[in-house]
Amino acid sequence: MSGPSSYNPSNGFTRWIDSRLPLPRLLYDSFVAFPVPRNLNYWYTFGGILSMMLVVQIITGIVLVMHYTPHTDMAFNSVEHIMRDVNYGWLMRYIHANGASMFFIAVYIHMFRGLYYGSYKAPREVLWMIGVLILLVMMATAFMGYVLPWGQMSFWGAKVITSLFSAIPWFGDAIVTWLWGGFSVDNPTLTRFFSLHYLLPFVLVGLVILHVWALHVPGQTNPTGVEVKSGQDTVPFTPYATMKDAFAMVVFLLFFAYFVFYQPNYLGHAINYIEANPLVTPEHIVPEWYFLPFYAILRSITFNIGPLDAKLLGVIAMFASIFILFLLPWLDTSKVRSATYRPVYRQFFWLLIIDCIALGLVGANPPEGTWLLIGQIATFYYFAHFLIIMPLLGLLESPKPLPASISEAVLAKNADKKVASAQPAE
Amino acid sequence: MEEADTSRRDVLYIATAAVGGVGVAMTAWPFIHQMNPDASVRALASIEVDLDPIEEGQSIVVKWRGNPVIIRHRTAAEIEEAKKVDVSQLPDPLSRNQNAEGKPATDVNRVVGGREEYLVMLGVCTHLGCVPIGDAGEYNGWFCPCHGSHYDTSGRIRKGPAPENLPVPKYEYLEEKRIKIG
Repeated sequence: MSGPSSYNPSNGFTRWIDSRLPLPRLLYDSFVAFPVPRNLNYWYTFGGILSMMLVVQIITGIVLVMHYTPHTDMAFNSVEHIMRDVNYGWLMRYIHANGASMFFIAVYIHMFRGLYYGSYKAPREVLWMIGVLILLVMMATAFMGYVLPWGQMSFWGAKVITSLFSAIPWFGDAIVTWLWGGFSVDNPTLTRFFSLHYLLPFVLVGLVILHVWALHVPGQTNPTGVEVKSGQDTVPFTPYATMKDAFAMVVFLLFFAYFVFYQPNYLGHAINYIEANPLVTPEHIVPEWYFLPFYAILRSITFNIGPLDAKLLGVIAMFASIFILFLLPWLDTSKVRSATYRPVYRQFFWLLIIDCIALGLVGANPPEGTWLLIGQIATFYYFAHFLIIMPLLGLLESPKPLPASISEAVLAKNADKKVASAQPAE
Repeated sequence: MEEADTSRRDVLYIATAAVGGVGVAMTAWPFIHQMNPDASVRALASIEVDLDPIEEGQSIVVKWRGNPVIIRHRTAAEIEEAKKVDVSQLPDPLSRNQNAEGKPATDVNRVVGGREEYLVMLGVCTHLGCVPIGDAGEYNGWFCPCHGSHYDTSGRIRKGPAPENLPVPKYEYLEEKRIKIG
């Protein structure tokens, strides 16, 4: 992909296919010979882990659909049928349900990796924006999937979140009725969510292909943030990155398996084992953990600004918290990519992580008293980080000197380790 | 010849784009509209309720169009309390009553005149759609557990994030103590 192809078809058949559909050439150039920076650390393995998780979710999802019934009268019981009657049904469902959480753990690590090492900066803006789009589609998919078991939290989560659209002036109620296909969340809602929950993962596959394509044009970033300058800075994808990714995947799968086999319901809500009842609202409606920070932002806006009421502002703030990421490549004014060489930005990076965790805690608690206040401060800080701190920091901060190249940085690091006064070889 | 060819192609281009564009727009609508409530959903759009068994101070919840409808037989004290409120002090000054569209949110505009004891309204919080709990909240009316909205004995929003009063659906008295909702 980057640079001329080094693929050499070795036999008659591969030569024959290469002159007709050069798919083996594309795969060889993308995943075998593709040059990757030699200093990638384990934070760079989450892209591979995410691709694996998408496949896990699609395979378990297709299996679950073989036993699930998308109807309000039968959905809840069919999930119990999967758990009790279907051979290994419990395993398929627990992998799928916990897989969603693992998917989000990996995606959040992957995104914060990008934030730390400035992976979104030129010439990788489109790569980053496709990534944000993937996040949005993932969230929609996860949300609709959670509705399918038709438990109390499924139903009320769906009702509360779809009701958000009623905040849209004039057309709000018509849009909500259209989304529901009725006057409340009911069977038409369940069947359309089921249809879209099956469709969207394949949309994700397409977006992931675009994401990898956009990655392979400029090549990967690396912990120094310095672009690749010569062949010395890189190693071939196979075996170096393949092996590292595979090792990380296996470690991640062990973590995943712990939840599936020992804590399968830890990340869920017990109340979702009660069948949906449209006449009784559970005492606390709490979304899945991966939506909590956004839920906190939604609920933190309790005041009107001019003609805009609190409900609409909350919805706008929640969506803005994700859409702001599309603008990140232009909000960050610093020319230096990696936080390793940005001592002040590095502090703010960790503050942002603390802020996001705080928002998550606020989202899990009722929006009253101290929690509400913390939520409002954390929401303000979240937006301030992107809209005030990032643009100003690039202008005010003096970064540390950058290494001349990746190989120089790697050799200097190795020399430090050996203590000896080894001269970095050119 | 060159000129004639160019203009013929232009005509074809414009005609194709125009017919194709209209075609796409007209085909898109059925695909959008199929998601709106279907005939079977709309057919369930009205129910009849007998009010006779509801004792004074008691509420019942009936399901109408997938949503809970609260019917309360209010006590004299509750009606009195609701009437005392100054409408200009309410967060939402409109009645939100489909039988009294656009009128101010006085207690009488929330019910049927002369039948003040029966309050009929959707049990759907105007914030994000949860079901408010009866005989609760700071105004002795309803309280929504999701995000803490308080409604009074007339179902009007008094405190919390909900922007509007609980909506009163279209209904009429068929007999002395029998109503048709929808």
